[in-house]
Amino acid sequence: MKTAKSPRRRRAFDWSTAIIAILACTAAGTVYVRDGREHFLHVLVGDVSLFGEMLPKVLAGCLIGAFVTLLLPREMVARWVGHESGFTGLLIAAFFGFLLPGGPITIYPVAGAFLVMGADAGAVVAFIVSWTLIGYTRALVWELPFFGADFVIWRMVAAIPLPIIAGLLARIAVRAGFQYRDEIK
Amino acid sequence: MTLAINVLLWLVVGILAVIAATRGRVLLDDGVRAGVMEFILLLPRIGVGVVGSGFVAEALPNEWIAPWIGPESGLLGVAIATIGGALTPGGPVVGFSIGAAALKSGAGAPQVIAYSTAWALYAIHRLVIWEVPMMPARVVWLRALVSLPLPFLAAALAILLGRP
Repeated sequence: MKTAKSPRRRRAFDWSTAIIAILACTAAGTVYVRDGREHFLHVLVGDVSLFGEMLPKVLAGCLIGAFVTLLLPREMVARWVGHESGFTGLLIAAFFGFLLPGGPITIYPVAGAFLVMGADAGAVVAFIVSWTLIGYTRALVWELPFFGADFVIWRMVAAIPLPIIAGLLARIAVRAGFQYRDEIK
Repeated sequence: MTLAINVLLWLVVGILAVIAATRGRVLLDDGVRAGVMEFILLLPRIGVGVVGSGFVAEALPNEWIAPWIGPESGLLGVAIATIGGALTPGGPVVGFSIGAAALKSGAGAPQVIAYSTAWALYAIHRLVIWEVPMMPARVVWLRALVSLPLPFLAAALAILLGRP
């Protein structure tokens, strides 16, 4: 956890991008050879302009993430979530999943801290599912440039109940005998 | 729509910047620097993914995609997309590139929603590299277990809501 302060791995390129880049070049070559130069340019201009249109939103997403990280101490969030229980506990955990920016390096330690501060597995599950499915930074920064605003808003609104459902299912599993407490120090 | 979103987002940025500024100039500078650095580092990856998925969608024949996960593929298509999403390794560039390429080359929107939901919940590498080492393992398995119905629910709720 030495890198806990860095919100993401500080690299502009990684192996998965490299694979996509190879696929992209192959596909672009196929389109160029099969459909001709004009169609190739048509596709390229369409994609580049979609990308350009999204850039102000991506930059805004990065800045919001950076400010929220600085203004909202994670220890405070962990205390809030840890002290709530019942259905309110699930709602608050899901809300912070939506609100807290950052990648896996920062999110999972926070979720682990919830457990230590007294939250139950249901709240932790609601938090992680919420961060995964309706977290705004991931949606703004990653999903929006690929799918456009209408599609992303549609998917996110439809996903709003899911963290709560997951949290309730986790509580049912725990009540049915799923053990996890003995692992928490 | 897109203008309204831009205005709203930058309004939020403005409010957060003012709050940061009232707590000190250093905090404001730190926030701006961190946000802009993040943006610059992400640009090449998002750019490659967005442009790449456009070309991959164009290169793939529609007949390849539609019978499996097209709008007419129904529940089976959602199940195929869910399994595909859960088994997709790699970071957001990979997951979203594949989803966007599939959508452009004839996949149904609910099927793509199931795909990206399953990918987001299960992405094997994230589960193994990040989640298991940083959390009590049994909580991770519980999370994975109760997430099983979610891609299906996401597709169903999206259909109920109706595409805007």
